[in-house]
Amino acid sequence: MATTSFKDRNLLAVIGDEDTVTGLLLAGIGHVDKQKRNFLVVDSKVQASTIEDAFEEYTQRKDIAILLINQHLAEKIRPAMDNYQQAFPAVLEIPSKDHPYGDANPSKDSVLKRVQKLFGD
Amino acid sequence: MSGTGARENIFPTRMALTNTKLRLKGAQTGHSLLAKKRDALTTRFRAILRKVDEAKRKMGRVMQLASISLAEVTYATGDISYLVQEQAKSASFKVKAKQENVSGVVLPAFEVDRVPGSDFNLTGLGRGGQQVLRSKEVYAKAVETLVELASLQTAFTILDEVIRATNRRVNAIEHVVIPRLENTIKYITSELDEMDREEFFRLKKVQGKKKRDADAAEAARRAAAEADSDVENIEIGGGGGDLLDSKDEDVIF
Repeated sequence: MATTSFKDRNLLAVIGDEDTVTGLLLAGIGHVDKQKRNFLVVDSKVQASTIEDAFEEYTQRKDIAILLINQHLAEKIRPAMDNYQQAFPAVLEIPSKDHPYGDANPSKDSVLKRVQKLFGD
Repeated sequence: MSGTGARENIFPTRMALTNTKLRLKGAQTGHSLLAKKRDALTTRFRAILRKVDEAKRKMGRVMQLASISLAEVTYATGDISYLVQEQAKSASFKVKAKQENVSGVVLPAFEVDRVPGSDFNLTGLGRGGQQVLRSKEVYAKAVETLVELASLQTAFTILDEVIRATNRRVNAIEHVVIPRLENTIKYITSELDEMDREEFFRLKKVQGKKKRDADAAEAARRAAAEADSDVENIEIGGGGGDLLDSKDEDVIF
């Protein structure tokens, strides 16, 4: 079951644009261990495959409890996101500055999609 | 005939009937227990669902505020992103997982485990230090919201999975196991009845044969008795007879 070894998980990881990552790092979630970072800054030059690789890496790591990812970046790797069914780490889609969340399109979020499906809307 | 539905491959004996009846009872108990578990989980699931929806919307607002505070920092201090990224060493904002039990399902809940950090103390030393500090606080609050949401979401994912498994089990018992046991019981009962009838018939048959034999014997006896009395009569009629009349060759005088 997916519940094994969640005691060791205590880090947060983030894949996001520069502002999001900066803000979250300011809050103190940054962790650099042997040149391995738990954050990835994505700008317009970063390929989707790089994001996907980082996503894979963070979801495989054993010390990460929560993975935060900007929604517009999640959109780029939507197949990988939708395939991801594990409970740990919890993947959370967060809004970014340039792509605000709001009530406009929460339906894109893979979890919210399921929520709404279960509500029967 | 009850061989229509699926049934277990079992030899129809009274012992097997008892066993199967016990198993049916067990299956029914299990079914009701699982159904109760499913209901409890679904209730919990509904509550979490509503909370997830709320928290997601709240997160949208919180992140917006955080973005604005970061914009203030950028305005006051200039771009600090590179500095912040390079200074990140070890996390001062961690989470702790604790677990909660809902009808045998372990749900993890994340808790914020924050070390009052002194990271980035020098950031904005020249100007805008206050904005940096404030932004730090706002982001910390935002991350707390995110952590809360994450634990809700994890609970959501796990519960979803467990409810599906439970549903599968409930349906399997209701639609496969119980009908099969019922069919087995029907089959065994009908076979036993059939055997009873056969036995009864056999007994009747044996009884009939015995009666016939007895009658025949009786008739024979009566006939023999009649014949006997005739013979006696004849013998009596013939008088005592002379023993010396019949010569016995073995007797030597």
